[in-house]
Amino acid sequence: MKPLLELDPTVVRKARSLARKAGQPVVKLAQSHTTVSVERATLRLAGLSGADHERVPWVNHLVDQVRDQVGLEHGVTTPVFDALRRGEAEDLLTLAQKAASGSVSFRLPEGREATRAQATARREVSRGIRTIDKQRTTRDRLVKRHGDPEQRPWIYLIVATGDIYEDIPQAQAAAREGADVIAVIRSTGQSLLDYVPEGATREGYAGTYATQENFRLMRAALDETSKELGRYIRLTNYASGLCMPEIATLAGLERLDMMLNDSMYGILFRDINPIRTFVDQRFSRQIHARAGIIINTGEDNYLTTADAVEAAHTVTVSQLLNEYFAKEAGLEDWQLGLGHAFEINPDLPDSFRMELAHALLARQLFPDAPLKWMPPTKHMTGDIFRGYLLDGFFNLVGAMTGQGILLVGMMTEAVVTPFLSDRDLALQNVRYVMNAAGGLTEDFHPPRDGFIQTRARQVLSEAVDLLDTIVHDSDSAGDPPLLAAIADGTFGLMKRPANAGKGLDGVVRRAPGYDNPATTLLETGETR
Amino acid sequence: MTTVENEATSARPTPDIVRPYGDTTGDGMVQVSFTLPVPHDKRAEGAALQLAAKMGLDPALLVHAKAMGPDFTFFVVYGRVNHLVDLRQVEVVEREFPLLSPKEVNRAIKSALRRKLVVVGACIGTDAHTVGIDAILNIKGFAGEKGLEYYNEIKVVNLGAQVLVPELVARARAEKADAVMVSQVVTQKDAHIHNTTTMSAAFREAYPAGKVPLLVVGGPRFEEGTAQRLGVDRIFGRGTTPGEVASYLVHALVDSKEKR
Repeated sequence: MKPLLELDPTVVRKARSLARKAGQPVVKLAQSHTTVSVERATLRLAGLSGADHERVPWVNHLVDQVRDQVGLEHGVTTPVFDALRRGEAEDLLTLAQKAASGSVSFRLPEGREATRAQATARREVSRGIRTIDKQRTTRDRLVKRHGDPEQRPWIYLIVATGDIYEDIPQAQAAAREGADVIAVIRSTGQSLLDYVPEGATREGYAGTYATQENFRLMRAALDETSKELGRYIRLTNYASGLCMPEIATLAGLERLDMMLNDSMYGILFRDINPIRTFVDQRFSRQIHARAGIIINTGEDNYLTTADAVEAAHTVTVSQLLNEYFAKEAGLEDWQLGLGHAFEINPDLPDSFRMELAHALLARQLFPDAPLKWMPPTKHMTGDIFRGYLLDGFFNLVGAMTGQGILLVGMMTEAVVTPFLSDRDLALQNVRYVMNAAGGLTEDFHPPRDGFIQTRARQVLSEAVDLLDTIVHDSDSAGDPPLLAAIADGTFGLMKRPANAGKGLDGVVRRAPGYDNPATTLLETGETR
Repeated sequence: MTTVENEATSARPTPDIVRPYGDTTGDGMVQVSFTLPVPHDKRAEGAALQLAAKMGLDPALLVHAKAMGPDFTFFVVYGRVNHLVDLRQVEVVEREFPLLSPKEVNRAIKSALRRKLVVVGACIGTDAHTVGIDAILNIKGFAGEKGLEYYNEIKVVNLGAQVLVPELVARARAEKADAVMVSQVVTQKDAHIHNTTTMSAAFREAYPAGKVPLLVVGGPRFEEGTAQRLGVDRIFGRGTTPGEVASYLVHALVDSKEKR
């Protein structure tokens, strides 16, 4: 397709190179630290699961014990597999149980003993990596057998009852009504839990807990529905918050297909420590890359807190940073569900034309990424009739600009949890617009230097300016410029200094001998 | 969210008794939509009309019926209701404070205090459930409303979970807190009551009389109207939104200051 916007390629190149410049020092930082959650994720890959009678996961017990005794600077696996080799317990689970009661003494092995412990660790962790590889192959096979949705964008619907056994029939019904992607929204507050709950869960607040068992149950149910419908139904959850690496790992093990995974969301909107976030982020993206999972980034959030016209360029900046961090971690273009949203105040003149300009800008900057198009929320007032019209215009932008993933807007947004009928009406809205105007991409060519082209160029140039400010930012501690910029409140109005925020105490600087077989296997692509 | 706008001044006096207005005074016309858990057929349409009749719609006009999957049918019904609305019997329960938009909150603080309003929040005792305090304080917010961090004129210091009372008092003093916000979810052995009274006592001890910051607690199990007994200024229950809390802070701290 001929590009619809005439963007100056040198400006586009400059934007990307500035994003790289802002991102690189943060990657270095991520490479020189680990976190409790990265270490717990590694143990999960080695097959450790389950929790004690107070529902504290064994991975938490084991990591805490190792940390107390020898520290995590060298990684958790070396002292753990050394303890197993010394016969402290016959397997990982027993070791964790014994450690929890304080009856295991860990040490940091040296020389040949260290090499042996690390070889055992690698052997065990590689089993988990191979399970992820197998799940990816299974997905490829099932997509081939059942087929992808006939149309683009894929239709993305949310279920959230709090009870996994209620979610399942709702998700299956949504798929039958036309949803291609089911997202199970998480319970409020899960992002701030420093452990992953266990088992099938039946109560959550405004969402359902992300657990390995809930993932497994929902994926199995959607596999049945995929077979029934002759269309592979994708499953989405949230790799965010303090346990991001573990959730990503569980998603890979249980064949989830998409994960919400934004590089800065947790920092800005959940006040999670920036370093913790970037370290966890990199590991989780490496897992997603390996597992063939499509990530969805959270740029829509910027527009719900700031004005969607004034802050339009912050979306572009965040998309560019997300792209850089994603590719650095090994994700490919088809895995980048970069986010953006229809949030301009509808009372403004030309609001629809600006939405088109912004959506086209994203489309053209990232031509091979399945962009995720998010519906209006901020200007949904409770007037459901007006909201329904607004959702129609949102769908129209989606159809005219070739979006990859369309989150279905509900007229009950900000009112109640959608009724069955609200969801049906919302899907009718999408179908009508796609059917009536899906082919409009063929006829729609905004004129050179017209309103849309000019607006898109303006947003891009503001994005370049902001990126330029970011790479020249600094603080007294000598942090990477991006961290200094985050501390200044450059994004979403929130000031988040690098030495504050939740989860900071779970960040550990790596020692020279740090070993993590998961990271090694993920970076080399090896399977053993 | 519903926004209540100032009604335009009416040209004519409102009668005491009114009916819904379709297109003619007194026609009583309304429109409703609903779903019944039955497959779409003649019987389903009859069922919808029966419900409409029981809701007081007579005559009822079934204008739309559509199957939603094999087991449900969606209906739109227009009809005339026979009910009368007696405006003299309408009781309006007033919140003790008006609901303000974030802009209005910021403006009120700015003009009255000429500095930021400082809020220190925490979960105290062994309670690790920060869901409540985070919903009110984090920019992410709750129920479509942004948390207090979003307000330019409010400085939020969120201490997180399992904060000890002395630590909370010390931090409140260091930050010169105007308000202290505590959330309590765990209610085992009345822990929420105990923690709250301990907290309020500690503040009264640490501050000179009349200088204690505004003490606000929130949680799903507090009884409305027990604020005084617990020694705090205000209790918020389940479903409270950040906007309500911000509006209350303005009411309690800014408006009252102006009156003094």
